[in-house]
Amino acid sequence: MEVYLDNGASTKTDIKVVKAMNPYFTKYYGNASSAHSFGLAARKAVEKSRSIISKKIGAEPNELIFTSGGTESDNAAIIGAALANIDKGNHIISSNIEHPAVMNTLKYLESKGFKVSYLNVDSDGLVNIKELESAITNKTILITIMHANNEIGSVQDIQKIGRIARSRGVLFHTDSVQSFTKEEIDVKKQFIDLASFSSHKIHGPKGVGAMFIRKGVNILPLLHGGGHEFNKRAGTENVSGIVGFAKAVELSNEKYNTIMRRLRDYAINNILKIKNSRLNGSFEKRLVNNINVSFKGIEGEAVLSRLDNAGIMVSTGSACSSKSLELSHVLKAINVPSDYIQGSIRVTLSRFTSKKEIDYFINVLQKVVKELSEMSPYGV
Amino acid sequence: MEYNKKVMNLFNHPKNVGEVVGASGVGQVGNPVCGDVMRISIKVKDDRIIDIKFKTMGCVAAIATSSMVTEMVKGKTIKYALKVTNLDVAKELGGLPLIKMHCSNLAADALKEAVKDYQSRKVKIDK
Repeated sequence: MEVYLDNGASTKTDIKVVKAMNPYFTKYYGNASSAHSFGLAARKAVEKSRSIISKKIGAEPNELIFTSGGTESDNAAIIGAALANIDKGNHIISSNIEHPAVMNTLKYLESKGFKVSYLNVDSDGLVNIKELESAITNKTILITIMHANNEIGSVQDIQKIGRIARSRGVLFHTDSVQSFTKEEIDVKKQFIDLASFSSHKIHGPKGVGAMFIRKGVNILPLLHGGGHEFNKRAGTENVSGIVGFAKAVELSNEKYNTIMRRLRDYAINNILKIKNSRLNGSFEKRLVNNINVSFKGIEGEAVLSRLDNAGIMVSTGSACSSKSLELSHVLKAINVPSDYIQGSIRVTLSRFTSKKEIDYFINVLQKVVKELSEMSPYGV
Repeated sequence: MEYNKKVMNLFNHPKNVGEVVGASGVGQVGNPVCGDVMRISIKVKDDRIIDIKFKTMGCVAAIATSSMVTEMVKGKTIKYALKVTNLDVAKELGGLPLIKMHCSNLAADALKEAVKDYQSRKVKIDK
């Protein structure tokens, strides 16, 4: 049995998405900038996709540009906003649990003379709104705080953050890669100026994403070239990818979120019956498909490998599995106890995950944790 | 992380797991915060390791190297055991991912600690 529970990393491309994309590889393969029939067909598909996705977030079509994915959107939004506002100030506010696409972009800007304040989060992985308010100075040009965390699924109150940013005249960017279609995003209601989205986290293809730029917000482009995407992102449009992304958005539905939430809670309740286990992050303010748990005295990569042997695919925040051998900055930020911090796994569901799969996973997990605990000098 | 078959096989079916009852020496290395802790216990008779077991908290590489070192020195003399290095263990496994060579390849160090413990106990008894 193969059970894929790493949907926070990437998802299965829905077959309906693949079918929607196909004509734009083999039939209407023209460049969307060309004036002939094939070009016009491609242009029409891109603009239809733009309107579908912008509608989903309460934006106007000309406020949405397509990119190569979440990482590019984060880079373009943050660097673009920083460079466009260099006359107003050099201070940026963020959190200490951001995705590397944001974190390392900020580190880059720091190396170029910008100042960044990284807000701490509480044990639920949530930023303190009062701390955010008091971090704003007259040099602050941008607040970038993720909507939902990729490791522990904590969901920030972005409406509150957005309202504060707007009232203080500071731009607000949010990385919505994990939350898109799973949490409500309404750019007007939530006072969002810039936001990042990715297709492959929502059953669309890899290599395509989007960035929301509120009308009137000026950012300098990263990519220079032709006048694509309202002069904000040069490069021939990835037409089939964009069509697939829009199809994935069309296929999303709140009812799937209800089902995932129920399955997630069922899984959490059963996992926590395992001795020496703990849930990392918030019970309440948690992404519908995210579970992050730790086991005392065993190591995450070992759990991951044993699960993989049984066909179950998850991820881990343990240092051992990472290329840098560094512990997850998110688990450190929420103060996971030291005897638990190495034994974490992240389990992320999708709308294709079944109860049968979860039951199989829980069954194997119990066995794996027991075996590894018996092998551990700290085992019980 | 991609491991070779021999490593995965030992990780999945480790040999000599546990603690030796009435051990002559016990050695432990590592640090739980780093994620790898290895404890090796040995029983020595006539300068020969007649029993050896390990308990390890750690990743695939840590568990595989622990198991490997126990097999490499079981039945061997103390003198031989002291010559086994972490690198020898990795070689015997057919290699480890480069990044794992330092953090998780500590089994021979744990063995040395166990032998040292045995020797210090022996000195006390001899006195």
